[in-house]
Amino acid sequence: MIVNPITDGIVLDHIQAGRAMEIYKFLNLGSLSCTVAVILNADSVKMGKKDILKICEPIELDLAVLGYLDPGITVTYIKGGEKVRRVHLSLPDQVEDVIRCKNPRCITSTEPDLPQVFRLADRDSGTYRCIYCESKAK
Amino acid sequence: MRHLIDILDLSEKEITDILDLADDIIARPARYAESCRGKKLATLFFEPSTRTRLSFEAAMYELGGNVLGFSEASSSSTAKGESVSDTVRTVGCYADIIAMRHPKEGAPLVASAKAGVPVINAGDGGHNHPTQTLTDLLTIRQKKGRLDYMTVGLCGDLKFGRTVHSLICALSRYAGIRFVLISPPELGVPEYIRNEVLEKKNIPYKEVHDIEEAMAELDILYMTRVQRERFFNEADYIRLKDSCILTSAKLKDAKEDLCILHPLPRVNEIATDVDRDPRAAYFDQVLYGKYVRMALMLKLLELA
Repeated sequence: MIVNPITDGIVLDHIQAGRAMEIYKFLNLGSLSCTVAVILNADSVKMGKKDILKICEPIELDLAVLGYLDPGITVTYIKGGEKVRRVHLSLPDQVEDVIRCKNPRCITSTEPDLPQVFRLADRDSGTYRCIYCESKAK
Repeated sequence: MRHLIDILDLSEKEITDILDLADDIIARPARYAESCRGKKLATLFFEPSTRTRLSFEAAMYELGGNVLGFSEASSSSTAKGESVSDTVRTVGCYADIIAMRHPKEGAPLVASAKAGVPVINAGDGGHNHPTQTLTDLLTIRQKKGRLDYMTVGLCGDLKFGRTVHSLICALSRYAGIRFVLISPPELGVPEYIRNEVLEKKNIPYKEVHDIEEAMAELDILYMTRVQRERFFNEADYIRLKDSCILTSAKLKDAKEDLCILHPLPRVNEIATDVDRDPRAAYFDQVLYGKYVRMALMLKLLELA
């Protein structure tokens, strides 16, 4: 299988195998007019199997949200065929309007205009908690 | 501007400062009788409460200030569908400080972002009740002379009991604290308290189902009510409510200087004959609650 190199765009590498489509949908890549390559189950020395997304356009990415979805992702920005920047993601300290609190006793259940904010409570276990009621993100 | 939403909003030093100020108010009440002259406390109680609301109101009156507010959601504009944010933004125009109780968890945090004046969480659902924790800490320090090196028994509804969760978090910061968690299995402490507080900080604890099993080793026995309003199911409430009851007979192995606390109101979890025991401190605790709220309001209003 041959996927052409990118001239200007972004490569999301080291995506956990099987999660590329979830990230594709979350980033709404289907709405782009440029070429987007979705590579599933590629061989990886480090991970065994991995997914890769290649986007042939320098779009804006919310790296915090991407880090929440999969903190192992490597983001490489390419310009003029050269790698100009590489970012190793990590779990963000806080995410807003990504997760919804499911606790029926939480104030967000009756005041829907409130931002849904979750804060990283424990980096080791990747646990996020609602800032209002401290319920664990599910 | 400072608020008090969660007991952990306060550092150990800030808690010590508030307790020291409360000690001084107890020793010299006349000195503080005019400290809040011209200040207004708004008590916004969206959920019924007698003790906490009256404690806040008595505290403000004893500081020379005034009080306005409501004691149930049906007498506020919430009944017309107003949001918490809009209610507190309005009340912030009338009052210098707000004490708020709300059935929804996190409502006081939302209020603190919008009010423009200090907000005190006076209880948000089954979540936090930091002024009860300050009350508990002042009572323990008054009775035991310290907040460290103690075995603390927590008995009753440890799952939904917000006072228990806040007290565990607060005492976990002091050296030499050990917990004995006494409850039926269905009402044990939530997983996040066990994993993210007790085990993460390596705080020794054990869980037992019978109050007498642990009695001899306790320095503090903190009793709680099994609360009907925290259950979705009446049958579960009836089945579990009598499982942790303290009587005089059960105190036979207790230490001479045991201190028995209860956030009140009680239903039947402490038999009334225990009230005559000198180790029963729960009515003193009510009085300390007023003093510590006086101290807290003075601190948040930057008047002390």
